[in-house]
Amino acid sequence: MERRRITIAILALGGQGGGVLADWILALAEAKGWRAQGTSVPGVAQRTGSTIYYIELVPDDAAADPVLALMPVPGDVDIVIASELMEAGRAILRGFVTRDQTTLIGSTHRIFAIAEKSAMADGRASSERILAACGERAKRFIGFDMDAEAARAGSVISSIMFGALAGSGALPFARADYEQAIRAGGIAIDANLRGFSAGLAAAKTSEAALPGEAVAPPPRPTTAAGRALADRVTALPQDAQPNALHGAARLTDYQDADYAGLYLDRLTLVAGFGDPLLTTETARHLALWMSYEDTIRVADLKIRASRFARVRDEVRVSDDQVVAVTEFMHPRLREVCETLPAALGRAILHSPRLTRILEPLFRKGRHVETTSLRWFLMLRILAGMRRFRRASLRYAEEQARIEAWLGAIRDAAARDTALATEIARTQGLVKGYGDTFERGLKNFEIVMAAAPALDADAVARLRAAALADDQGTTLAAAIAGGERRAMA
Amino acid sequence: MAERSFKKEVERLRLGAGETFEGEGILAVTKGLLEAGVAYVGGYQGSPISHLMDVFADADPLLKELGVHFEASASEATAAAMLAASVNYPLRGAVAWKSVVGTNVASDALSNVASGGVTGGALIIVGEDYGEGSSIMQERTHAFAMKSQMWLLDPRPNLRSIVDMVAKGFELSEASNTPVMLELRVRACHVTGRFTAKDNVPPLMTVADAANRPTRDTERIVLPPANFLHEVEKIEKRWPAAVDFVARERLNERFGPAEGDVGIIVQGGLFNTLNRALELVGLSDIEGNARLPIYCLNVTYPLVPDEVADFCRGKSAVLIVEEGQPEFIEHELNTLLRRADLQTRIVGKDVLPRAGEYSGAVLRDGVAKFLRAWAPTIAPPEESATPPAVTPKDVPQRPAGFCTGCPERPIFTAMKLVERELGPSHVSADIGCHLFSILPPFHIGNTTMGYGLGSAGASAFRPEGKRAIAVMGDGGFWHNGLTSGIGNAVFNKDDTVTLIVDNGYSAATGGQDILSSRATNPVRATNHPIARAVRGVGADWVRTIDRTYDVKAMRDTLKEALTAKEKGPKVIVASSECMLNRQRREKPAKAKAIKAGRRVVRDRFGVDPDTCTGDHSCIRLSGCPSLTIKPNPDPLRRDPIAHVDNSCVGCGLCGEASHAAVLCPSFYRARIVTNPDRWDRIKQRVRGALIGWMQRRMDAARAARAF
Repeated sequence: MERRRITIAILALGGQGGGVLADWILALAEAKGWRAQGTSVPGVAQRTGSTIYYIELVPDDAAADPVLALMPVPGDVDIVIASELMEAGRAILRGFVTRDQTTLIGSTHRIFAIAEKSAMADGRASSERILAACGERAKRFIGFDMDAEAARAGSVISSIMFGALAGSGALPFARADYEQAIRAGGIAIDANLRGFSAGLAAAKTSEAALPGEAVAPPPRPTTAAGRALADRVTALPQDAQPNALHGAARLTDYQDADYAGLYLDRLTLVAGFGDPLLTTETARHLALWMSYEDTIRVADLKIRASRFARVRDEVRVSDDQVVAVTEFMHPRLREVCETLPAALGRAILHSPRLTRILEPLFRKGRHVETTSLRWFLMLRILAGMRRFRRASLRYAEEQARIEAWLGAIRDAAARDTALATEIARTQGLVKGYGDTFERGLKNFEIVMAAAPALDADAVARLRAAALADDQGTTLAAAIAGGERRAMA
Repeated sequence: MAERSFKKEVERLRLGAGETFEGEGILAVTKGLLEAGVAYVGGYQGSPISHLMDVFADADPLLKELGVHFEASASEATAAAMLAASVNYPLRGAVAWKSVVGTNVASDALSNVASGGVTGGALIIVGEDYGEGSSIMQERTHAFAMKSQMWLLDPRPNLRSIVDMVAKGFELSEASNTPVMLELRVRACHVTGRFTAKDNVPPLMTVADAANRPTRDTERIVLPPANFLHEVEKIEKRWPAAVDFVARERLNERFGPAEGDVGIIVQGGLFNTLNRALELVGLSDIEGNARLPIYCLNVTYPLVPDEVADFCRGKSAVLIVEEGQPEFIEHELNTLLRRADLQTRIVGKDVLPRAGEYSGAVLRDGVAKFLRAWAPTIAPPEESATPPAVTPKDVPQRPAGFCTGCPERPIFTAMKLVERELGPSHVSADIGCHLFSILPPFHIGNTTMGYGLGSAGASAFRPEGKRAIAVMGDGGFWHNGLTSGIGNAVFNKDDTVTLIVDNGYSAATGGQDILSSRATNPVRATNHPIARAVRGVGADWVRTIDRTYDVKAMRDTLKEALTAKEKGPKVIVASSECMLNRQRREKPAKAKAIKAGRRVVRDRFGVDPDTCTGDHSCIRLSGCPSLTIKPNPDPLRRDPIAHVDNSCVGCGLCGEASHAAVLCPSFYRARIVTNPDRWDRIKQRVRGALIGWMQRRMDAARAARAF
């Protein structure tokens, strides 16, 4: 029996205009004298979930009263349009994409799912795997970053998808027919036609590729001090040099050239063990730790001209608009004391009476309007405290922790450089501010306490356990499990 | 104001005889009602029937012209009770709701109206929320039809069949004095198509006529001894009358050849899927010309014994395609064949899955299995399945979540913060958007027992120390929560905390107005505060929060409620308008103001990439779609950083949460002024000059000591 119908499944997320796209396709086909039927499953799926719109098209002369299906059947879908890369993956997973039949039109950009976003480190699914499957499974795969294309065209992703459908040539309709469907829809006609046109062009020219990630080149020195530091870096293993250069530049910016010198002193000691990977990872994590985020650093970063420009760019402010920027800062007594000279800060924190008196002053979050003169000056003064940073309580605390950590790395490296590398990486648990910092530090200390008795893999597993949840449940279980094994 | 407007579409309801109607399933149903001379309609919104209620509401002017009464009922029980108008008078009435949950709520009234019977046609349109996209327990309306003896129509899912069945449903109801249910599956509600219209018919008698000339027949009232007579009447009169009508009017259809060794009986609503499955194995075509006999049950209850026997006679086996469980039809077919002494084998759940939606692939495989066993000559060859190129692990799930800027999100952020301080409480959740709190990232909520039943669901918890928390939406509150929850808690001296989430609409079902809506609605009474109703039933500890985004106030009020010395229920009414509705209202207004050159202020949030360390605590306390992640631009860091995309509506939660939870200082709020006035511009110029000068000096100093 000859099959004279075209079946189309649209996989989209709520709010992406999948319904609009479906309506255009229906209008397009009906205007050309085809029988068109569309269905969808609205409801909770529309609230940020993913949903499927399904369309069947039949030429008018194919049947007097066609019996059309209301949902896609695996192995019977001619065109799949996916508004996002993982939705294309979902179409493949559900069997809608088949090698002999399906034209797959998918955007390669990502809208991250909640599990990917809320992971404590990097929870992103593999885009490469999905992209490869798209190429393997479809008869034809048209994939490009439709979100970026929509932004460039000043339009919405539904019109880009409609354009890509036209560009695919998978439907027997002319470009003018598509454009007529957009006009007949009557909503944002100009923007939609722009998007349509961009999508059509991109479908014909684009190679399916993932949106690229920029890799920052190692910095080049601009001063005599910088050149002296850069010279010292050349003594390190080749692989470790980019990280070391980034680190030296970062710490010069953070404090001064002497501080960057201290960084290289410390790194050189570790490089002495002759394991390039250990040196590379230590270069990275030592730089991150030495540039710990204190109030001075935050103030410094918030008031830079480059930051003001970046904000204007990110929130898309035009020249004739005025923008005011407010930060949400929450300096508690602890952070204030950490910025004070060590002796004074310690004295306050160790005195229950002083703590009781002073704490209420620092219990409230502050709305810091950086773009106002008053707050700008305040932050500038705070940033200027950089000169006294070496005297601060926090400096003393962090340097002691760093030295202890480096000591542990060296101790381990003497017998097992793989273990030492994992210990170096454990620094990654310490990040953030406030409660996040305290939680990270606690996890770090737990892992470090266990590390000397473990091998590299076990330390890596403990680190993963520490990042599995923010209650510390998985880590505690992993430690307990390890102890049980050790006893047995 | 509902989420979707049908103002334009309802104009098509005016089409007359011979004109072609094009549109969605639910619109077609409405057209069918008007063509059938319906006198009154009502119902309660809920997927997949919400849009039908919106269509009714938007069609109100036309309904009024025709003399048709429409109301948005307070609950499904209210809607079912409305059918009382058809008991004594020849009034045709239709009500609609989501099934099976709505049918549960309506069952008291349904039992009564089914027992006493009706004079005018009574049609209950149930949106069957089963299968993909469903948000409720998977049960069958069929059980209600059987136990109350109401008839169940399940038409083939094309507009012509659906509209015909609306008309026939009324006739069947009148012929058998029984209410009739018309079941529409999710996709059938939204399927598009066309049919030839007939003229609209004003009701022969209006509800006003009936009210003016009341008649009374105590035999129709469920009270002894009439109730015993009703049961006899059902069996001896109404059931045979229904079977006669279904057979006479040929409501069930036959497809394919008249004879064959095997055949298929299918629920009407599954016919299209079955035909596609047969097509794919080469046994049918696009016009439904099957190569084996098919008996299509557009009426799934009651069955017509003679038709069944005629179809099965001479066949060795018949496949029954019946979705859901228990397999009521399969059981009854077996009984009917026994009584008719036929040896035909009924095959159903032994080749088709007992649970789950009957999709095209499921039916294709089931039919193939059936044919291999009973008709191997026409059975499709077995194909080896290709292993999937991706596994479920590769594709992240997308559980439903709160919309961008949703005012309910900060309530759960606050609950998370309270949980950190006081430890977890038992949380009795409710039905509505707020139920998304049970999903990531919040993971709050232990049970949900039904719409408006949040407080009732916590009533067994008698705390000694730790109070249970019940959540209830404003929709659920007016649906029944006021009495089943608050009233009950007051009466039983409950000590639970009830958090009423008031977003101004029945938001989960599409933003319909309710009693406490702040909007003024020309045809309904709104602006009745929840707090007043709560105090009215005797609750004394009541707090209202008028800005849910104030996480600190939310957190502190919750803490107070959980620790207050007073006994008795503690009620917190947390109000902020549904952001979807608010944006629909404000966005066009702002765009207009900007166009007109007026000063417009807009907030949005952002994250500084150089201070964000990629821990994502903020996301775990929010889950906002606009708060996402992007690759870390820092060459030394690997974890993606938080990022606010341009869909941010500036609700303020990011800032409030970073203060209340002491998060990192990376969030900033950008307050953007479009069409700034003179004062804005002067301020900007002065600040810009001074700050710019300082920044240039700082840059120079930094360059001097740079790397």
